[in-house]
Amino acid sequence: MSELTSLTIAEARTKLRAKEIKATELTQAYISAIEAANDKLNAYIKVTPEKALQMAEASDARLAGGKAGELEGIPLGIKDLFATEGIHTQACSHILDGFKPHYESTVTQNLWDDGAVMLGKLNMDEFAMGSSNETSFYGPVINPWRAEGSNQQLVPGGSSGGSAAAVAAHLCAGATATDTGGSIRQPAAFTGTVGMKPTYGRCSRWGTVAFASSLDQAGPIARDVRDAAILLKSMASVDAKDTTSVDLPIPDYEAVLGQSLKGMKIGIPNEYRVDGMPEEIETLWQQGIAWLKDAGAEIVNISLPHTKYALPAYYIVAPAEASSNLARYDGVRYGLRVDGKDIADMYEKTRAAGFGKEVKRRIMIGTYVLSAGYYDAYYIQAQKVRTLIKRDFDLAFHAGVDAILTPATPSSAFGISDEDLAADPVKMYLNDIFTVTVNMAGLPGIAVPAGLDHKGLPLGLQLIGKPFEEETLFKTAYVIEQAAGRFTPAKWW
Amino acid sequence: MPVAHGGHGLYSGWETSYPENIMSVDLATVKRVARLARIAVSEDEANRMVGELNGILGFVEQLSEVNVEGVEAMTSVTPMLMKKRTDAVTDGSKAADIVANAPVTDQNFFLVPKVVE
Repeated sequence: MSELTSLTIAEARTKLRAKEIKATELTQAYISAIEAANDKLNAYIKVTPEKALQMAEASDARLAGGKAGELEGIPLGIKDLFATEGIHTQACSHILDGFKPHYESTVTQNLWDDGAVMLGKLNMDEFAMGSSNETSFYGPVINPWRAEGSNQQLVPGGSSGGSAAAVAAHLCAGATATDTGGSIRQPAAFTGTVGMKPTYGRCSRWGTVAFASSLDQAGPIARDVRDAAILLKSMASVDAKDTTSVDLPIPDYEAVLGQSLKGMKIGIPNEYRVDGMPEEIETLWQQGIAWLKDAGAEIVNISLPHTKYALPAYYIVAPAEASSNLARYDGVRYGLRVDGKDIADMYEKTRAAGFGKEVKRRIMIGTYVLSAGYYDAYYIQAQKVRTLIKRDFDLAFHAGVDAILTPATPSSAFGISDEDLAADPVKMYLNDIFTVTVNMAGLPGIAVPAGLDHKGLPLGLQLIGKPFEEETLFKTAYVIEQAAGRFTPAKWW
Repeated sequence: MPVAHGGHGLYSGWETSYPENIMSVDLATVKRVARLARIAVSEDEANRMVGELNGILGFVEQLSEVNVEGVEAMTSVTPMLMKKRTDAVTDGSKAADIVANAPVTDQNFFLVPKVVE
């Protein structure tokens, strides 16, 4: 059965439609793979085998009746941030203990409407706040990748660490994820998978637990560029329940794969060349430039002068929005309640017990920067800097650049419980230096595996595009993938 | 006071130098903010948070060096008109669904400790 789980979404789709395999067989193969691996990887925090098999049976009936949807019978993992009706939805937080929504998120509903099968809910950093998946109430996810000759446990990145690990270890055919500062692209880079963060507004945010509403965006993590293109087409939609979702046609992203890059201009931003970055990241970047040049693209140097301010501005805007969004967790309407001597005491005790350290830290920062006397100095200043960050990109695109190529992360995956990173929150935040600019400007970005470092761990490149031009990113990422090949971890679990 | 980020060895180019004149928080401020955020903190936690919050505030302090004269604060990341719809009831009559996940309820009301004596 193991070969069934090695099929990509595109390959499984062909076999399902040709009736060479059944959706129930494919789903059972994944359920068995999860049972065998999850104790070691901790990628799933809730597996839903009965529901998966029911959905797969319905898919088999539709396949037999010639009524197959775009994702008919494809087993997917869902990040715990997405509301799934009647099923564990806790953003991997203790404060949402026992929460089972009576509604379905728009993104997951779109997937089920296209025939996809749900395998379960995936681990993540609590409320999507983290870059290593170590802030989850359910414990860290273990990266299926290990350095050559080492058995040290590595992080899969975060916050969509469960999504990335499950895709890399073939515990689902593809996964939903979300990205507020890099939470799709950084874990994709750490696990040799493809992660697409679409333009703000491309996917509905309705039914996705809110972290920072002006930055949050859902997207897929997949084994290759084609699978990411297939998934995004199903996930995206205009939605009356999210006024920031856009009413633009959703292209057939898969159709652009294999198109020529001739006439395209790729920008290389000098500001992403940071001192102290490992030499192999620079080498990988140069290799990416060479591949795109070989494919006919013109390479131009560009400047995005406000790049270094994106991360500090993010650490004002995102916590400010989080402190507001997370005010709803008060022990009254859902989740955990810790009794107190009066209502304020109940709120304070509930939130003290329910939120983890990193979430508390960000709520505190957000509350502080929004408090009287500091609002202008911090929040308004950060939103002005955000305007300048976006303007840098606008100017580059206006000058004729079609897409921008950068490294995805400043390093490969690091160890679980890294003491340096645990001791200094800011150091952990620096993982997102190359990805966070994209969220601040609302742009689409894709991380695509491009090679292995000297330890044998995957490294990714990032492509940044114009608003709503995800097609350009898929087309360009596909060229990189064709040149670099695909990367799969050696199975030890 | 400059704070070096040595150890990890990757980010030496992104060292965050913390200027002398930053607005720093003290223990009393941390406790006040925790109260505003409705999070109970122990004395130990509050003391730890003083250092952590000052580290983060020191990092974001570099924003003050950016010239933002004449720059509008961002309010919407993609230029878009707010969508409008007819002002009409489109949803509702699902009180049982709404209270279904609450820790304590009675006849479709949320129950909380006594607020008014």
